Amino acid sequence: MSVLFPRLRAFAAVAILGFAVSACGYNTIPTLEENAKAQWAEVENQYQRRADLIPNLVATVQGYAKQEKDVLTAVTEARAKATSIHVDASELTDPEKVKQMEDAQNALSGALGRLLAVSENYPDLKSNQNFLTLQAQLEGTENRITVARKDYIEAVRAYNTALRTFPTLIWASTVFRANKPMVEFTATPGAETAPKVKF
Amino acid sequence: MPLSQRILREGLPRARRLRIVVVALALAALAALGPAPACAAANFPALTGRVVDQAHVLSAGERADLEGKLADLESKSGIQLVVATVSSLDGEEIEPYANALFRAWKLGEAKKNNGVLFLIAPREHRVRIEVGYGLEGTLTDATCSLIIANAVAPRFKAGDYDGGVARGVDDIITVLTTDAAEWQKKPELRAEGDASFLDAIAPFLVLGFILFVFYIITRHGGGGGGGGLLGNMLIASALMGQGGGSFGGGDFGGGGFSGGGGSSGGGGASGSW
Repeated sequence: MSVLFPRLRAFAAVAILGFAVSACGYNTIPTLEENAKAQWAEVENQYQRRADLIPNLVATVQGYAKQEKDVLTAVTEARAKATSIHVDASELTDPEKVKQMEDAQNALSGALGRLLAVSENYPDLKSNQNFLTLQAQLEGTENRITVARKDYIEAVRAYNTALRTFPTLIWASTVFRANKPMVEFTATPGAETAPKVKF
Repeated sequence: MPLSQRILREGLPRARRLRIVVVALALAALAALGPAPACAAANFPALTGRVVDQAHVLSAGERADLEGKLADLESKSGIQLVVATVSSLDGEEIEPYANALFRAWKLGEAKKNNGVLFLIAPREHRVRIEVGYGLEGTLTDATCSLIIANAVAPRFKAGDYDGGVARGVDDIITVLTTDAAEWQKKPELRAEGDASFLDAIAPFLVLGFILFVFYIITRHGGGGGGGGLLGNMLIASALMGQGGGSFGGGDFGGGGFSGGGGSSGGGGASGSW
């Protein structure tokens, strides 16, 4: 038993140290960072999903409303621009880059909104099953984008707060000094709600 | 004599006292690490069952009928489908409201996110089928949209809430239970049953491992300090792992109905009438 006590004490010391370090938030910053990055991936994923739906939508509308060439071209161009700007998870600390992407995606949202608005003028198109399906998918995707953005904003807020508050501040200013706050989205008008479609 | 008094009077062996201190510290650390309870909006109705009729638009018979169908669906497929009518959306759009309510109720299993919320707001004349992450491939936005437009909205328009909800639920269940992809998942469900047995005995395995390592270390007491430290760290990490495991429990038992920890990313469709 005499061997047991020093061993136990050392064991206890290591255990306590381990718990103390994790209790003081050593793991908090990397965990929150990874979480924010994962949420960002979800935002990108949903934007991509929207971009994937557009060629089909444009083709369907074209079949019924060839004369709306301007609107259709605007959507196609906005899509091309939006898909060309890709923000990597490591670039989330760069406000300029994030803003570029935001602007491109907002331009696409605007162009899509106009396309759906002119579609209202074509009864045949509005009753087309393919169009209705695409419209439902697009609506669902817009809603997913909203949710993903909201989740990302929350994740970034948690991460940025951890970088600036005690006790995680200790780690932020020592071990994780290279970690910079990530860019939060600015809420864009109309981005909170999915475009409405009347049945 | 109660155990606590005896301990106070006679004292514990030192080793045991130390161990209690360590465990207490570990628990405190875990408690500090645990996520703060998510604060749901104050005016969400409570999840009292599979049918929550806050707006009082469903008849008692229809509610009982629905409860039966929904319980049957969950026992067969594990999918948690909940029907909710709310008296007001509090000025919000139905999409964010449905998503927040879905997440507050945590419908579906945590790992599969296989929950569905069928939300009806009679005052705002809005209806939504909110689909959990895991079912987005089966119950697609387009399908939800069709169900609302064809089965639900026309009946609601005529004031037939019982009929609209019944048809909507029937259609959702049909889609969820007849999809080929869903059937192919069945063997996987059974395989998971075996895994949960492993989960159940895991704490004992870990405990056994700790004791084993401890035994090795104390026997080879003369070993170098570094080795001892390594052993201690092993024990410590194993203990931490065990502590974490015991916290990750699943549903709480008992009489009430509760969500299984699932989430939704905004899939589904909405409509109005």
